[in-house]
Amino acid sequence: MRDLSLHILDIVQNSLKANSTIVKLHIFEKAECNKLGLIIEDNGIGMDSDFLKKVDDPFTTTRTTRKIGLGIPMLKESALKCEGEFNICSEKNIGTKVFATFSIDHIDRLPIGDVGSTMTALITASPDTHFILLAESVKGTFILDTEEIKKTLNGEDGGSEMQNLISINEFAVIQWLKEYINEGLKNIFGGVLNEIDS
Amino acid sequence: MKSIAELEEIRKKTLEKISLRTNADGIRVVVGMATCGIAAGARPVMNAFVEEINKRSLNNVSVSMTGCIGVCKLEPVVEVIDKDGNKTTYVKMTAEKAARVVVEHIVNGQVCLDLTIGAVEK
Repeated sequence: MRDLSLHILDIVQNSLKANSTIVKLHIFEKAECNKLGLIIEDNGIGMDSDFLKKVDDPFTTTRTTRKIGLGIPMLKESALKCEGEFNICSEKNIGTKVFATFSIDHIDRLPIGDVGSTMTALITASPDTHFILLAESVKGTFILDTEEIKKTLNGEDGGSEMQNLISINEFAVIQWLKEYINEGLKNIFGGVLNEIDS
Repeated sequence: MKSIAELEEIRKKTLEKISLRTNADGIRVVVGMATCGIAAGARPVMNAFVEEINKRSLNNVSVSMTGCIGVCKLEPVVEVIDKDGNKTTYVKMTAEKAARVVVEHIVNGQVCLDLTIGAVEK
């Protein structure tokens, strides 16, 4: 994976496949301990403890097309090779939480990448899922909540008139979201981490 | 600086043209977005489809994603399913090829044979 945004797309794809209705993404910078962190939390079907134990093994997967799964092992690899940490916890029928940190000034740390594109791809493909994106650094906080966007789109009355409903995956909305997210993240992770254009 | 207030504008503008939109007889575009697809560049392909479909104001086409389709060495893989359920599998897609598929296949009904799995996997 070339950047963090592609890892996010990959891991959230797992969440969607696990029937999640809410997916929370948290990206944070802890400058004082030189760490960039990523938490992906969902309320999907979760994993039992047996599967959880071997989930970071490339020869473990739920897919049936072949016996190799690389999504989680690759994120783990990306984190560990820059002296970061990786952790995953999950409970059957409650959800899964994936946690990864990266040392900011390590030469192997991946850039954050185009999170706007990742989010819009996810929203286009799964408009009914409730996505929450939270970005945090010393410069401030950026929050995107798709439920709020939907409320704004459907007016204050919550879209009681059926013909007034605008879907969140309407192209104009998607394009606005992409710019809104990337601009927001640029404000939060500007400077060293500002690698959106890379 | 982008602000939530702009959404209100978009809402008003979109409301005017939305009544034309139907999903009956829809064509479905499905992009393979498992680890293999993403690593091979499926995200720009999907965005290109969305953009191109909007550019041509096609009202009966939906874009979605799926997991691994099974031929990772040919990723990014895109399936186009027409209203009768006929499926065409395009392989080794790029944003440029996506634009071509929208024009030739989705608009004009001419399958881009040279991009399909049948042409590549001989």
